[in-house]
Amino acid sequence: MTAPAATLVSWFRGLRWYLREVTGESAYDRYVERERHQHPGEAVLDRRAFERRRQDLVGSQPQQRCC
Amino acid sequence: MTTTVNPPPPPSTEDGRRRPDAKQVAIWSAVSVFAAVCWGVIALVRDEQISALWLLGAALGSYAIGYRFYSKFIAHRVLGLDDTRATPAERLDNGVDFEPTDRRVLFGHHFAAIAGAGPLVGPVLAAQMGYLPGTIWIIVGVIVAGAVQDMVILFLSMRRDGKSLGQMARDEIGPVGGIAALVGVFAIMIILLAVLALVVVNAMAESPWATFSIAMTIPIALFMGFYLRVIRPGRVLETTAIGVALLLLALIAGGWIEGSALADTFTLSKEALVLCLVIYGFVASVLPVWMLLTPRDYLSTFMKIGTIMLLAFGMVLARPLLQNEAVTDFAINGDGPVFAGSLFPFVFITIACGALSGFHALIASGTTPKMIEKESQVRLIGYGGMLAESFVAVSAIIAASIIDPGLYYAMNAPAALMGDSVQSASEAVATLGFSISPDQLAAAAAAVEEETLVSRTGGAPTLAIGMSQIFSAAFGGGLQAFWYHFAIMFEALFILTTVDAGTRVGRFMLQDTLGNVYKPMRDVSWRPGVYATSAIVVGGWGYFLYVGVTDPLGGINQLFPLFGIANQLLAAIALTVATTLLIKHGKLKWAWVTGIPLAWDATVTLTASYQKVFSDDPKLGFFAQRARFSDALDSGEVLAPAADLDGMRQVVTNTTVDGILAAFFAILVIIVIGDAARVCLRSMRNPETVTTTESPYVRSTLVAPSGMLATKEEKYAMAAAGGDGHDHDQDHDQDHDQDHDHRERR
Repeated sequence: MTAPAATLVSWFRGLRWYLREVTGESAYDRYVERERHQHPGEAVLDRRAFERRRQDLVGSQPQQRCC
Repeated sequence: MTTTVNPPPPPSTEDGRRRPDAKQVAIWSAVSVFAAVCWGVIALVRDEQISALWLLGAALGSYAIGYRFYSKFIAHRVLGLDDTRATPAERLDNGVDFEPTDRRVLFGHHFAAIAGAGPLVGPVLAAQMGYLPGTIWIIVGVIVAGAVQDMVILFLSMRRDGKSLGQMARDEIGPVGGIAALVGVFAIMIILLAVLALVVVNAMAESPWATFSIAMTIPIALFMGFYLRVIRPGRVLETTAIGVALLLLALIAGGWIEGSALADTFTLSKEALVLCLVIYGFVASVLPVWMLLTPRDYLSTFMKIGTIMLLAFGMVLARPLLQNEAVTDFAINGDGPVFAGSLFPFVFITIACGALSGFHALIASGTTPKMIEKESQVRLIGYGGMLAESFVAVSAIIAASIIDPGLYYAMNAPAALMGDSVQSASEAVATLGFSISPDQLAAAAAAVEEETLVSRTGGAPTLAIGMSQIFSAAFGGGLQAFWYHFAIMFEALFILTTVDAGTRVGRFMLQDTLGNVYKPMRDVSWRPGVYATSAIVVGGWGYFLYVGVTDPLGGINQLFPLFGIANQLLAAIALTVATTLLIKHGKLKWAWVTGIPLAWDATVTLTASYQKVFSDDPKLGFFAQRARFSDALDSGEVLAPAADLDGMRQVVTNTTVDGILAAFFAILVIIVIGDAARVCLRSMRNPETVTTTESPYVRSTLVAPSGMLATKEEKYAMAAAGGDGHDHDQDHDQDHDQDHDHRERR
């Protein structure tokens, strides 16, 4: 790969990483990693169940939006 | 390649200072010269239009200097940020509300939470004083007051496991100050929601295009919520992409609606829109968040950040000239039609968000302190986040100052003054000392495909005109009408998000408070409690909103100063808590860092409240206004701008409520400051008796950079700490994805 192409790919990967993190899309991956690390061998929630739990939790702690 | 990492530069000295290096000195000298030149042009060029880019340059140069020097001073000397100390996110990490979050991600969250319509609306209204007073206040205010407040409150809350501002006031000042702060926060929120909702109503009224496209955001958000819950759980990016595409489609469809038979269906009066908003606010706050609030939040955040970047880019491309005067006569005589009162204190009240905003203290003591990874990142997120908001405010004052002043006043003066035709408006603008012909007014409305632009108060339409001019000059294509409605939708979208979220937060606060009296209230799943408290909150802002749209004197004109006063008084409470805590921590010699902004803010706000309550001028003082109308009412007279006796009665009621509120806010703040002064004096006299609720020291094991970009030393430290240490310095300057998994334990 040429240098500019590599830079472009690296920028794109950075942007994708940032958007996934900032929107919470990567929350499930982190959860799975965390559970595997802390409770190896135990079952983890599937994505649907995890996202439900996460959404319901947001509902019980609404974040203030400013002016 | 960890083995080839260079050793770090010489370690910092004890107090965090390093010997200056020549390159740094050269760079910062150049930045200072650049900022000074920009300020010089702004200050010295008169009788000639200057480019808006000078304002942008002055702002960016000043921010860079403020961030590099002042925030560093606060970080090291005043607060003593300590990266060996574990943050609550590290100590209490539960993967739910406490979770160490990458600083750049958290910066994004924090910025999205603090920046809303405030920094866009306030500067537009303040443009009636000219572009100079507002710009100076935005830039100087943020560097010495606003960003300092955000940073210090974020720090204090972080050291207390993310306690809220109200809790800190109660724990550190006392029950009286604490209760006053809590009541203040609630009351201020109600006014804030009402004023923001008023801005949206004024932008949508009688505009089928705007009403249709904004109404469509509800089904779009519902669809996104359903998609995320049922069809593709957690796929936020893809859902947001679909949502944004639908949103743009709704925007284009709005243009078709306007020319079609459906136009009448979407042409709503202000009163009808108030009813819609109140019902919407109630339903949105009792529905589960996944249905409406969360997806709407994704949309509005995406639109917000995208549009602001587009605006900055557009300004650089279009290089517009400032049409507004530097300082208008209204700044001195206080007779401006947009809001009454002279430069001091009202510029500092009208521009809250962007310079100093008390509301931020609620965010800085909310979720952000629970997610911060390292103490030193408080500087980037607290101070840096507020600088970014300030930049938005500077963009807004530019957008309002590049449009023709005649058009500006025709749009922003109350309907009672402008009449209801382009002829009457043109004549009224002439009496203000500006000029715009009826044809020009009609042409300006036609260019954005609106029925009329006369008296489209609230700031949003004016901003949208400014933005549409910048965008169509920058990107060409004669799409002014599209850009205008794009800008309206972008503002309405995140105002409605604030209304949703604010109503819900208000409901939780109320439930929590009432729970002290009647236990079941505290249960957030107890439906009667949920409905009752939601109705109280919606009823509160709904009342002020209704009053705002029907007020013969003009709602924005009356309510915006109240909102500004409320927001700045909240800032006074926050700065009081900050100053008290600096003193309690034995940092009396640094207490001026928050003490001076507090003194300034208290002076400005209490002066404004005093004038609003006690001024003899009926244009300015609420009670003088009340006396004038109630005297006339007693003798059966009808005074303009009221149309009949009902209108007269309305003015009397409204001015009474507004006057009492202004006095009430001021008294609350005097109580908090007085109570805090007592606590400060006591801890200065008997330092040994001082107790604070700061959490004890725990050593940190996390390694992460402090600033936006990792320095060489930080990369070295992370590589040394990281077990995997993969390719950390492979591409030296692009650290985007290389340290994203740096949260390795030592």
